[in-house]
Amino acid sequence: MLYREAGQFKASYAEDQQIFAIRQDRIAVGALLVFAFVVVPLVANQYWLSAILTPLLIFALAAIGLNILTGYAGQLSLGTAAFMAVGAFAAYNFVLRVPGIPILVAFVLAGICAALVGILFGLPSLRIKGFYLAVATLAAQFFVVWALTKFGWFSNNSSSGVISAQKIEILGYTVDTPAGKYLFTLTIVAVLALAAKNLVRSSTGRAWMAVRDMDVAASVIGIRLMQTKLSAFAISSAYCGVAGALYAFAYLGTVEPEGFNLDMSFRVLFMVIIGGVGSILGSFLGAAFIVLLPIFLNTAAPLIEHGLGLQMPPGFMSNLELIVFGALIVFFLAVEPHGLARLWQIGKEKLRLWPFPH
Amino acid sequence: MKSFTKALLGLAMLGAAATTHAQNEQFVPMVGYWVGPYAAGGSGIFGGMIDYINMVNARDGGVGGVKLTYEKCETEYNNARGVECYERLKKKGPTGATLVHPLSTGITYSLIEKGTQDKVPIVSIGYGRTDASDGRVFPWVFPLLTNYWSQNTAKIKFIGSKEGGMDKLKGKKIVNIYHDSAYGKETIPVLDAQAKKYGFTVTHIPVPHPGNEQGAQWLQVRQIKPDWVILRGWGVMNPVALKGAAKVGFPRDRIIGVWWSGAEEDTIPAGDAAKGYIAAGFNVAGSNFPVIQDIKKYVYAKGKGEMEDPTRIGSIYYNRGVVHGIVTVEAIRKAQEKYGKKPLTGEQIRWGLENLTISEARLKELGAAGFMQPLKVSCLDHEGGGAVKFQQWDGKEWKVITDWITPDRDLVRPMIEQSAAGYAKEKNITPRDCSKES
Repeated sequence: MLYREAGQFKASYAEDQQIFAIRQDRIAVGALLVFAFVVVPLVANQYWLSAILTPLLIFALAAIGLNILTGYAGQLSLGTAAFMAVGAFAAYNFVLRVPGIPILVAFVLAGICAALVGILFGLPSLRIKGFYLAVATLAAQFFVVWALTKFGWFSNNSSSGVISAQKIEILGYTVDTPAGKYLFTLTIVAVLALAAKNLVRSSTGRAWMAVRDMDVAASVIGIRLMQTKLSAFAISSAYCGVAGALYAFAYLGTVEPEGFNLDMSFRVLFMVIIGGVGSILGSFLGAAFIVLLPIFLNTAAPLIEHGLGLQMPPGFMSNLELIVFGALIVFFLAVEPHGLARLWQIGKEKLRLWPFPH
Repeated sequence: MKSFTKALLGLAMLGAAATTHAQNEQFVPMVGYWVGPYAAGGSGIFGGMIDYINMVNARDGGVGGVKLTYEKCETEYNNARGVECYERLKKKGPTGATLVHPLSTGITYSLIEKGTQDKVPIVSIGYGRTDASDGRVFPWVFPLLTNYWSQNTAKIKFIGSKEGGMDKLKGKKIVNIYHDSAYGKETIPVLDAQAKKYGFTVTHIPVPHPGNEQGAQWLQVRQIKPDWVILRGWGVMNPVALKGAAKVGFPRDRIIGVWWSGAEEDTIPAGDAAKGYIAAGFNVAGSNFPVIQDIKKYVYAKGKGEMEDPTRIGSIYYNRGVVHGIVTVEAIRKAQEKYGKKPLTGEQIRWGLENLTISEARLKELGAAGFMQPLKVSCLDHEGGGAVKFQQWDGKEWKVITDWITPDRDLVRPMIEQSAAGYAKEKNITPRDCSKES
């Protein structure tokens, strides 16, 4: 009743081609953005802003990056954390070595650096597919971390290999409060997410999906495989690179190459799988699931322990959290193999018929 | 269903009860880890620290009548989780977090700026950022007792004494096997500086995290045929290294471990391969100290206590946790001398840490004589000690084989000051003038 597009007529091509074709969707997205930009910074405390929402947005951006590559172009990658590391270290070095460079320019350049590395490690995708490609991208994961550790230049010869991100300054204004960093991250993520949403509907995105579904058929209808696959690698890596730069500058403040290890690549891959392969919304849902659930379990554990009046052996709750986390992943994948985004879609379809399903 | 509603109600009430803090409490966050490859260290150290705090609460009714409270948060030794835990706990309690022990060099690095901004002291006992020992640049960071560089010079001193004098080090070959992380790499510059000074050669061999595969590294050791190996491992990397050494036939009594490589959890899994292995330590093992006996009496005898396996009480990691507890409690006590016996803020505790002195006599009062070294912190020197003891694994337990060996301060201090000055310049920090601190 509420969610129905009956009566919404499209009179022009522009209207027909909008990102969100249904008015209710546009209102909902607009309201969400207003909420995220205005209400959240006013209401949320420092803990929520800096320890939960900022990393959530950053990981969502990385998941979008991987989703472009894996979900839309069908190229399995295990190098996400490596591309994030490239972004983080590139942004650090641009700010360090180019005096007076605006931070956003440094971020864009960091994205471009990550894209170049992505193209380099995407080259094997022209000949190999699936699991074999995953192994090739695994090489990126190990090589990048090794190179950043091995060559002191990348970390400005810091003895421990740790870089300490510079202050974020935009037009003379220093972003150093949790709310400021949150808004900075949110702006970048919102712009890039909308760009991604639009990109996957464009001819580029359609070419990616054609390659994903059947590359032989795609090349028969005139899609150039090399260009398509490498563009997916480039754009995906650029997204991951910007996410990595944000991870260093807006979230942790200091990062070491070892922080961008294979675990992190897997985490982002899990976000994509749980959120929904080939869905921008799914990237956000998956990131929320993987980032928030362990924190929620960790917060809930002592309450449950005391509430039930049990004296648990120390360490037991920590182990239990991991077990519950794993079980929930299995549960959600068993209930809906296509991820949380698919659940959302089903919900929307039900809502369209509500309250008269027949 | 009814019982479920009841349970839910109980939970809600409990939540409400937990938020209404009694006002006379000092809150200590426990940002630690009880799972993962480093759980042996995390559970032992946090177990010791929590037990000590509970013992102080039970025996003395807290510090100056102020009860100590704590809350655990699992970081899994992961920087991002560590930052989340810190943010979650920093405002808890009537006055916020007293201080934070991140128990991870990576998390310490991530918290340096946050702690400075939030006015929460970051205490890293025996790990963390070495140049933070310069308190003028790092007012909020306390790498207490001993830092990696000090410890490393003590190791070379020890090797020198074994070789029959520092001049005998010339031409010797030393291999530094390190955990490839911020922690592992921290000693490379000081080792290089010492190699230059004493004329030995040093080869750095990294072991990737978590370190359960070291075949290639030990083959390389066999090729180099070093006189000594310095093991800078952590967690599962250590027993694997000892087994690797046994496999290539490298004598174990020529391997010197850092204190994060010298606990029962590191040697027992290696079995016979660990026999003869030497490690540094800033605390000793054993449960005969009065402080440990008090913990048994006031905590474990009442059926409480953090350790699932009571045989771990008195182990290296557990006792190190007790050292963490002693330093925390003494810092609070010192701060109470100036600011009164009430819950104190992080800023007031920072003063307590900076003016903390734990003398030999005080250690005796605490029942910890010989358990740890005396400590004297100042605005200039946030390390406050620097000495280590060396101990050898005899197949059953750690035997102390030296007295406290002091570091080569003449070498380390200028390096610390230079490195700290570099940080100050990068971050636009004006170092404090210590003569003006009260």
